[in-house]
Amino acid sequence: MIVNMRPKSGAHIGVKANVSFIMWQVMLALIPATVFGLWLFGWPAINLFIVTLLSGLLFEAVCIRLQGRAVKPVLMDGSALLSAWLLALTLPPWAPWWIGVVGSALAIILGKQVYGGLGQNLFNPAMLARVALLISFPIEMTTWANVSPLFFSQSPGLIESWHITFSGLENIDAKTGATVLGMIKTEFSQHHVLSEILQDYSGFGNFIGWARGSLGETSVLLIGLGGLWLMRQGIIQWHIPFSLLGSVVILASIFHLIDDQHFISPLLHLSSGGLVLVAFFIATDYVTSPNTQAGQIVFGMGCGVLIFVIRTWGAYPEGSGFAVLLMNSATPLIDYYIKPRIYGRDRQGKPLEIPKS
Amino acid sequence: MMSLFKNPRIRGGVHPEARKENLSDEKIVTQFPLPKTLYIPLQQHVGKPAEPLIRVGDKVLKGQLLAYSQGLVSAPVHAPSSGIILDVNDYPAPHPSALPIRMIVLETDGLDEWFTSPVPEDPFQLTPEDISLRVGAAGIVGLGGATFPTAVKLNMGRENQIDTLIINGSECEPYLSCDDRLMQERAEQIIDGVRLMLHGMESDHAVVAIEDNKPQAFYAMQSAAKPYPLIEVRQIPTQYPMGWDRQLIKYVTGKEVPVGCRSSEIGVTIHNVGTAHAVHKAIRHGQALVSRVVTISGGAVGRPMNVEVPLGTLISEVFNFCAVDLEQTARIVMGGPMMGDSLPHTGLPTVKATSGLLALTQHELKSSDVQPCIRCAGCVSVCPAGLRPLDMANNIRVNQLDAAVDLGLKDCISCGCCSYICPSNIPLVQYFKYASGEVIARQQAQHKSEQTKRLMDDRNARMERIAKQQEEDEKARIAAKAERERLKAEQAAQAEQESLA
Repeated sequence: MIVNMRPKSGAHIGVKANVSFIMWQVMLALIPATVFGLWLFGWPAINLFIVTLLSGLLFEAVCIRLQGRAVKPVLMDGSALLSAWLLALTLPPWAPWWIGVVGSALAIILGKQVYGGLGQNLFNPAMLARVALLISFPIEMTTWANVSPLFFSQSPGLIESWHITFSGLENIDAKTGATVLGMIKTEFSQHHVLSEILQDYSGFGNFIGWARGSLGETSVLLIGLGGLWLMRQGIIQWHIPFSLLGSVVILASIFHLIDDQHFISPLLHLSSGGLVLVAFFIATDYVTSPNTQAGQIVFGMGCGVLIFVIRTWGAYPEGSGFAVLLMNSATPLIDYYIKPRIYGRDRQGKPLEIPKS
Repeated sequence: MMSLFKNPRIRGGVHPEARKENLSDEKIVTQFPLPKTLYIPLQQHVGKPAEPLIRVGDKVLKGQLLAYSQGLVSAPVHAPSSGIILDVNDYPAPHPSALPIRMIVLETDGLDEWFTSPVPEDPFQLTPEDISLRVGAAGIVGLGGATFPTAVKLNMGRENQIDTLIINGSECEPYLSCDDRLMQERAEQIIDGVRLMLHGMESDHAVVAIEDNKPQAFYAMQSAAKPYPLIEVRQIPTQYPMGWDRQLIKYVTGKEVPVGCRSSEIGVTIHNVGTAHAVHKAIRHGQALVSRVVTISGGAVGRPMNVEVPLGTLISEVFNFCAVDLEQTARIVMGGPMMGDSLPHTGLPTVKATSGLLALTQHELKSSDVQPCIRCAGCVSVCPAGLRPLDMANNIRVNQLDAAVDLGLKDCISCGCCSYICPSNIPLVQYFKYASGEVIARQQAQHKSEQTKRLMDDRNARMERIAKQQEEDEKARIAAKAERERLKAEQAAQAEQESLA
């Protein structure tokens, strides 16, 4: 008779979902937006995506090997792949290969393994890497390729793409431009107002993703669908995404109503930059967000407010990365102050008083 | 719409697969073959173990008292069948450790001859105190699994003037269906038991709460309770752990039991349907608690069933009767799969707390492949007690038990929701049970060392006092001696003077 005694206490049954199942579900939800981004920016984007993911796995394997642990089960949990994947989605699509490699190293080694591996990190690895790259390599990180879908005549072919990824982009001005948020920021500094700036702007194009931007964050539609699907699957809860998007929308609406020439509309906020990707896939990272639902709402609102403030008054056109990192650092504090009330006790933890009957 | 507002929100909880389908439609099997030998533990309840009053070789009848209760919280133990006492000694307990505890071994004679106490004609003429006495004498304890002596609870209810008696028919554990079948087949007896309990507590309102996944039991109980307006039968949502007494009290009455307080202090008390049935048998038929209905289920069970077995029957005999395939069995669980304990082998007896015996296959078990915590906070959202299991576990892992206590370790009810939901397969409840035991052990060790220190200090003080006393005695002795010698010398001098004179 085989008696499997451990654990001795219940529950002896349980949900079948394990860590890798959750990670794969998230990746599944990312597939539509990723495939669209890879198609939209062509072969150089595919090169960068592959380089980033492979180097992410490599760095994870090296770290685990250095710790003297078995590599395969850790790689199979999918967490390194997911971090590298999310990082790749936030990189400029035609960035050189070493941006992907350095980014993966930052995400996996500095962002995760030095803290003690999966579940121990204070900051979201992908956002940590992206912000570090942005500060260290501002030119590469703000060179946005024009939309150049696969198999279009003016798009780079496979051979040309190797040149772009591995030896650098030539004739930059013809093939790149600014993102919508970047352009608005620049034009504002020239004292232009929104009605002049947005003459050529297509709200619909921006919404479906036909615009310059990071590899996987241009299509608000596909990212949003992926996020809603994750919510339906029960992998993420509504608290963080809705409070984050809600606070951005509310703030943007108020300011846009007050002055529609100097404050962009909530719709433009929603459909530009990494806002929706961050709301559904980055801020909802279990490890770096609060444990309670009330705490998650506070966290989401904090992210939203910071994103709006940085976008509106900051030096950078996009503030999602900074906002998430700042709120990550506040997560332990939020968890310390916002906790559930224990049954039979008041909020301070003292036993309830016996009611007089 | 009103009911939405009337009933408070249920906190936490999970919805495990019920796995009760087949058994809740099949009758309780009552012809379990009488085992040759029964092993009857002296402790089958919360409180002090019973004290045996028989001798090896004595002949006893079914229902005869074998060991009497001692102390305020305790319960007696009766013979589950007629036969001869073979031994009173230590045998492995039905506990994960299987450590030996005191048991009475009874060799049955096959006659199954009853010894019944005299039965009153109308038990409602008895005083409430008399009801408690009879319930206590019949060895009845909470049959939902808590095994708290029922008579003690009735007395507390009487002292605190209960306004609601809740009868727990939720049976929220998956697999188990013994209470469900009991309610379907013996509804009248249960309702009679409820009326007797109300009489015993001098209370006039009872609510029978049944989860809405047991419609047959609900209808049976409702029709049985129809003649008695005191007893209300109510459906409650199906959600684990609905049967946790404090959750059920909150849901049914809207009152929250403060920590460190018994529910009777806020005017509510709660008993299991099985207990009500046992009360009926004790008072109407004079029969002590000597058997119970047990659910035998799980993937490795050939003939799953609800079966009434004599207490003290070895699990191996029950499993034989139910055609359990031990080759397929990966884990044996006593109780339900959420809160039950795993047992190391089948050579252990069934006791009053045995609501179920599960032979689970590897496929049914939760994976024990532990991965790092990813702080998904699933455990926080399912905890019905409002704890943060992940933080408690992190502290326990680094042996910071005081921090875990501060986080609410003592408020954990071991319901298993956190372990159930954890995607990293961390055995959270195991951590908490370990830590609770360790905290008590440390407190005892500290208490012991304090006591030892006190004794040492007392001894030192005593020795010092004695030494001082001796020193004084010595001084006094020397002084007395000097005095004597002085007197002697004086006398001698006097005598000399006299002789000179």
